[in-house]
Amino acid sequence: MSEKITITIDGKTIETMAGHKILWAAMDSGIYIPHLCSARDNHSPSASCRLCFVEIEGYARPVTSCTEGAAEGMVISTRSQRVDRLVRTGFEMIISNHRIECRSCPRNRSCSLQQIAKERGLKLKPARLEKLNRNLPVDDSAQKVAHDPNKCVLCGLCVRACKEKGAGILGFSHRGFDRVITTFLGAPLGESGCDGCAACASACPVGSMTAKQ
Amino acid sequence: MSENKNASVTLNTIRSRVAGDWESLKQKTLITVGSATCGRAAGAVEVLESFRKEISRLQLDASVIEVGCMGHCYAEPMAVIYHPGFPGICYGYLDQGVASRLVQDFLVEGDPCVEFALAATGPNDYIPTFEDFPRGTVEQKHVMKHCGFIDPENIDHYLAVGGYQGLAAALSMSPDQVIAEVKSSGLRGRGGAGFPTGNKWELCGKAPEKTRYVICNADEGDPGAFMDRTLLESNPHLVVEGLAIAAYAAGASKAYFYIRAEYPLAVKRVAKALEQAAQCGILGQSVLGTDFSLEIEIFQGSGAFVCGEETALIASMEGRPGLPRHRPPFPSESGLNGKPTVIDNVKTLSHVPFITQKGSQWFRSMGTPGSPGTAIFALAGKLVNTGLTEVPIGTTLSRIIYDVGSGIAGNQTFKAVQIGGPSGGCLPKEVLDTPIDYDTLTRAGAMMGSGGMVVLDEHDCMVEIARFFLDFTQKESCGKCTFCRLGTKHMLGILERITKGQGKPDDIDLLLELAEDIKAGSLCGLGKTAPNPVVSTIKYFRHEYEAHINEKRCPSLMCKDLIAYYILPHKCERSCDACVGSCPVEAIYSDEDRIKVINQEKCVKCDSCMVACPPQYKAVVKVSPPDEVVRKEKVEQ
Repeated sequence: MSEKITITIDGKTIETMAGHKILWAAMDSGIYIPHLCSARDNHSPSASCRLCFVEIEGYARPVTSCTEGAAEGMVISTRSQRVDRLVRTGFEMIISNHRIECRSCPRNRSCSLQQIAKERGLKLKPARLEKLNRNLPVDDSAQKVAHDPNKCVLCGLCVRACKEKGAGILGFSHRGFDRVITTFLGAPLGESGCDGCAACASACPVGSMTAKQ
Repeated sequence: MSENKNASVTLNTIRSRVAGDWESLKQKTLITVGSATCGRAAGAVEVLESFRKEISRLQLDASVIEVGCMGHCYAEPMAVIYHPGFPGICYGYLDQGVASRLVQDFLVEGDPCVEFALAATGPNDYIPTFEDFPRGTVEQKHVMKHCGFIDPENIDHYLAVGGYQGLAAALSMSPDQVIAEVKSSGLRGRGGAGFPTGNKWELCGKAPEKTRYVICNADEGDPGAFMDRTLLESNPHLVVEGLAIAAYAAGASKAYFYIRAEYPLAVKRVAKALEQAAQCGILGQSVLGTDFSLEIEIFQGSGAFVCGEETALIASMEGRPGLPRHRPPFPSESGLNGKPTVIDNVKTLSHVPFITQKGSQWFRSMGTPGSPGTAIFALAGKLVNTGLTEVPIGTTLSRIIYDVGSGIAGNQTFKAVQIGGPSGGCLPKEVLDTPIDYDTLTRAGAMMGSGGMVVLDEHDCMVEIARFFLDFTQKESCGKCTFCRLGTKHMLGILERITKGQGKPDDIDLLLELAEDIKAGSLCGLGKTAPNPVVSTIKYFRHEYEAHINEKRCPSLMCKDLIAYYILPHKCERSCDACVGSCPVEAIYSDEDRIKVINQEKCVKCDSCMVACPPQYKAVVKVSPPDEVVRKEKVEQ
């Protein structure tokens, strides 16, 4: 795993470790690949946001760069017609299910969705798809953090952060379109043992988990 | 592991102990009642009771046993009567009355009541055998051969028909030889994807980790597919034998049945089979007296469709939510508890004992070069004879539908067949004469999948069928990845608006675009195949989509929002009030000539009047689009 190798991303030669995930090898060399659910030190990435597609020479179809380990001599390109199309559709789907109120959102200008839109020239408004509003109540019960499930992109970073740095009270529940981040038995954050560390808010790539001032 | 030449000897010792019982059973009168779930749903338990009661009342020397399903589910409840001096005769469509009558007339008076007979089990002069029907010329039963004939809860029956010889044969080879034999047989996974089974075993067998697992995937969940259930309920020992061979080949000493809890009878019968096999020394510390040991356990799944996906299945067995994960690593490398794991479908494992016993060449003599062997299909939908069938791969759809299924019910016309469940596709009549295997089906836009076949006739709207299957996958999506969670939701929304007459001109293109991206972008097989029903119906029935969108018309008169009920004045009998009485919302009234008229404002389109109108009048019709009623009224005036 610790063997040094050379790969090429978008024509740029990059030195990295064998097996290092391509997403992070690229990000470390200043090449941006859209992503929401991946965390640098996660060895079993959930690969659920489906935005970090890249093309690798010799591969039949685009693959998620958060799951693909680098190997000597790999030639990778972060853009292609197929990749752009997948990212555009995936992003539009996420946007269609994300409550857009950027101006009043605490994460305005530090939001991953805004960054992806900017990097890839995508709109923060679904063009082909209808909005899928879930109109779930905002959980404002805790002292230090607030949770707006209508902005959640279900990346799971808060769950992980809470488990590692906080009280470990967050998890997923329900299935399919109803999948949500929740606490045990769906209790409000304020009554579920939240210790107010706000690790979830720092981890959240969008404005769903936010730290209260 | 050393080669175990003595496995056959041990098996023969076990068999010689039971052979006598089986022979004596056949020498006197024997009634076998099909009591798998399909039979029970049709009333087999009552029929069974009736036979038993009548026999004990008349104090006859006859035994009545429960067996599984032989695939003729349409004729359930069924029973076979073996009476000395007669061939075994199979009776169908039984009820308690017919059952008592058979005992009286046949067993007491010697009249075999041929009017209730479906077929005989052996050649004779007066009743045709199963093989004499067109169905018999298409079917080639190996896996299903003993289903519906032997007692699934009695290992002696299985042993008497040659059971566990495949395991004995496998144990006389080295695991590598077994893998080589299965590889050269070309057996492909019958769960849907069609991955070569031998390769899967080899990958697991080569893993450096010695603790390995083998899992039988019995999480059958496709709407319209029920062959795994039937196999487990009708001949569980065959699957146990296949699983044991897989474990031996892959070097596992622990195996599991993953059965959904909605199949309680299958769970019960497999549990009994495992218990009996262990008692006989076929499972446990020393399998058939060799140094191979195997323990098999049952794990009951909670019925999530996605848990049929192997990584989700493993997650649920480990006590985590049943969500798929990214592959690789594949389970054969890192599966249950991180150990190398082989996961095979019930049907795949059921083929294995025949391969080790009869050899790969024998297996290759059936089917097509790319997909050898037989396949089991579940026939459902608008067929005369629904049920299960086992045919060589490469049989044409028309032979399955017309020869096995006896054609379309109610003298209707064939329109399409949905193959492979919600992950499969709808194929039109143009494909009927294509020999079907894994590859031709995929090329045609469907897939082998679990082998479910839902036959559709002219009354089925293809947009509605696509919506139905997508509704299923959308509800069963675990919600982990973006494309499946949101993509199927969006596609379903578009299909819903089309069936409601609110479709937009661009909707077909949008559906196809989304379908392509969902297939390419989803994390697991559920999402990757979910758009198939939509894509295949657009491919073959685009005109129906266009009629819905452009003309607000449902050509099959199925979509409630696009039809209206209308009573043809010249056909209405006037003095008959059947429709009026049937209407739950009092929408039907009589005009001055006593002709019945439907108040369209009130009508809830429940279909009751159409059913109630006596067949000699057939005055109630459906029209589409709904404003067709106005035009018809004008014409009549």
